[in-house]
Amino acid sequence: MRKLIAVATLLALSVSVVGCGTVQPWQKGNLAKEDMAFDPDPLQTRFVEHTYHSKEGATGGLSVGGGGCGCN
Amino acid sequence: MVSRSLAVGFVFSALALSVGSASAQDVGSRAPAFDLAGTPKQVRLADMKGQVVYVDFWASWCAPCKQSFPWMNEMQAKYAARGFTVVGINVDQKREDADKFLVNTPAKFAVAYDTTGKIAEVYQPKGMPTSFLIGADGKVRAIHVGFKDSQREELEREIQSALTAARK
Repeated sequence: MRKLIAVATLLALSVSVVGCGTVQPWQKGNLAKEDMAFDPDPLQTRFVEHTYHSKEGATGGLSVGGGGCGCN
Repeated sequence: MVSRSLAVGFVFSALALSVGSASAQDVGSRAPAFDLAGTPKQVRLADMKGQVVYVDFWASWCAPCKQSFPWMNEMQAKYAARGFTVVGINVDQKREDADKFLVNTPAKFAVAYDTTGKIAEVYQPKGMPTSFLIGADGKVRAIHVGFKDSQREELEREIQSALTAARK
């Protein structure tokens, strides 16, 4: 049983280590794609945020809400 | 028993991790040779013996690389007669990406394709673009990461001093 645990641990360790890779600076082609950007279109984001804010303003929208009543 | 196996496991994992990181190039060390397919022809560092070589690692997806191309064209034209060569090593995995980039951003210097990244692995550029200025003695004189228009003069001075050193 102990041996089994040891082997399993070793296996798990080696598998997890193999899974760790470093993306080198010259391999960042896919990460540089527009689709990978957190905010690919700032104008679109502003527009969406504006709508969201006007709809959800009562709960604070995208910022911290509340008028001091403690209800949010 | 369990703890011993764990220890062995840790040693193995440490080994596996250390294999992945090759040593980076340093100023003063001999520039590693390369032999890559390129335009207009095969690019070999050995063929540029005795010349000052500006090796620039670039990629089609890298914005500052685009900015650096006109400057490199200018340097190539200005100092070629004094024994200066610019080599742009492209690190795109697909050569078509590089060729598309070159249509809009023409290179008037040798371009080499390192699609497998094997030369990048050896030179270990820290970012895109990274340039290595190799002196006539074949040693790395300067390493620059990134490209800003404000660095043009500083980089040119380094090229000039490398050329002056080569004449002695």
